[in-house]
Amino acid sequence: MLLPAVIILFVFAYLPMYGIVIAFQNYSPALGVMHSPWVGFANFNEFLHSYQLYRTLKNTLVISFYSLFVGFPLPVILALLTHQLRTGMFKKTFQVITYLPHFISTMIICGMLVMFLSPNSGLVAMVAHLFKATAPNYLAMPKLFSSIVVWSDVWQNLGWDSIIYLAALAGIDPTLYEAATIDGATKFDQMRHIDYPLLMPTVITLLILRAGGILGVGLEKVLLLQNNLNITASEVISTYVYKMGLLNSQFSLSTAIGLFNAIINFALLLTVNKISKHYTDTSLF
Amino acid sequence: MQLVNQKTHKPRLRQRPFKEVAFDWGIKILFSLIILGIIYPLWFIIIASFSTPADIMSGNSFLWPKVITFAGYKELFSAELIWRGYLNTIIYTVVGTFVQLAVNLPAGYAVSRSELVGKKWIFLFFTIPMFIGGGLIPSYLNIRNLGLLNNPLALILPGAVSTYNILVIRTFFKTSIPESLWEASIMDGCSLFRYFIQIALPLSKAIIAVIGLWAAVGIWNSWFDAMIYLDNENLHPLQLVLRRVLLSNEYLGQSGANNLISHTELFNRAQMMKYAAMIVSTLPIMCSYPFLQKYFNQGVMIGSVKE
Repeated sequence: MLLPAVIILFVFAYLPMYGIVIAFQNYSPALGVMHSPWVGFANFNEFLHSYQLYRTLKNTLVISFYSLFVGFPLPVILALLTHQLRTGMFKKTFQVITYLPHFISTMIICGMLVMFLSPNSGLVAMVAHLFKATAPNYLAMPKLFSSIVVWSDVWQNLGWDSIIYLAALAGIDPTLYEAATIDGATKFDQMRHIDYPLLMPTVITLLILRAGGILGVGLEKVLLLQNNLNITASEVISTYVYKMGLLNSQFSLSTAIGLFNAIINFALLLTVNKISKHYTDTSLF
Repeated sequence: MQLVNQKTHKPRLRQRPFKEVAFDWGIKILFSLIILGIIYPLWFIIIASFSTPADIMSGNSFLWPKVITFAGYKELFSAELIWRGYLNTIIYTVVGTFVQLAVNLPAGYAVSRSELVGKKWIFLFFTIPMFIGGGLIPSYLNIRNLGLLNNPLALILPGAVSTYNILVIRTFFKTSIPESLWEASIMDGCSLFRYFIQIALPLSKAIIAVIGLWAAVGIWNSWFDAMIYLDNENLHPLQLVLRRVLLSNEYLGQSGANNLISHTELFNRAQMMKYAAMIVSTLPIMCSYPFLQKYFNQGVMIGSVKE
């Protein structure tokens, strides 16, 4: 019964792992992995000394830290506030509606952004028109690129990301609230002194997981929103790997960049995990 | 002592202080604004698909289309590529979901059995790919070496095994199906395989629904694998066709061949068609969402209380 799963995993997950060795080769498809010449760390050197390193690394870090600082705390706050509402129609409607955008595909979200932000049609242009102003082309402005990516993510996932915190909050012992009420604690006090501290372990666990993805800016959305005008702000490591590897067929170089990316991510995960273990006693392993 | 305490505090509970009432209302107002912020862009797409771009720009169709027109949908229905994409996506979604269930359910069942040998190694084998992957290029070269380029199987097989889902299924089988059922079946001479098909599966409708739904939504919305593995545009799924319509500004309607139409009119139709395309492609998910919402949430909950 395990056999189909084992075979598929071996062919599609373990074989590509072996393929990582081409990062240390000058791979040519004609020779294959077995016969391509070994070049050691030459591919890594090439990337570390190219002007693309600074640009892609900077853009990747800007987008991921921006999204960490905005996209991570907001669902926590939302969950704390949602938890204050009494179960009823309003709460239910709110949840159904905020979860909804999560199911819209990245393609449609990017289509919406392009249409809404376009200067001669769409939502923003309409609002600008109402105020007798003209809207610039926001997607052509490198400065705004990270904001567009991050805030559209917030719009799409704010509600959905709060589910896990709500589940944690729902598990809090109700007698704690009763005791607090009797002692004269207001709802706000309860939120600060009961909900918040009890939610922290969940928050930290998710934060560690998130830290491991700091260089893993989602490829799909950035790739779709990228254009020649905003490329200085939108070329991130993953889009660069895609372009070098699949459009320019530089298989070895792009595998090396991908590996470099993965190793840094893993190192970050371990570091944050260790820091968290030291200070808060919460850790993944 | 307790009695006194209750007496002095009861009025406080009934008549809530102003601060608390204000806090409650503050949350409600904030939440109403969030609801509005999420609903309006979606509503705007619906309006825009039914009105002319001129009406949209002038703000005449702010809440409701001033003049309802079906031109966008007409254009859309004339674009053959979109419908082929639709059909492809439906086929990939149905087959892909079936494959995922067919692979993960038996695997989850197998690891839930306590008499399984080499459990530790099997567990390791399944969890390693959760953390380490080959990356984009090695995966691509792997598919190419297997001769799966331009083959829809390249979209279905690589993502078919989900360790996370296998763990969820294992937890379900362990906690929801009583061991005595298995013992009784063995007594009656039932084979392991038959027990799985005839007894365990019919009892697992809830988990099948959750995992199947997740798989279906995932496949419906995906496009990246199709972009790198499929060159033949007749095999392209809907999302990839949408990319040409929405982002590359390609015009796929029939009116493009008609020279009698002015440039502005062509632009207008293309614009309406884009909005219509967004509506039509998201419709299946949005229509089923209200009914399936509880299953989706269940999926998250099962995951979060694992073990």
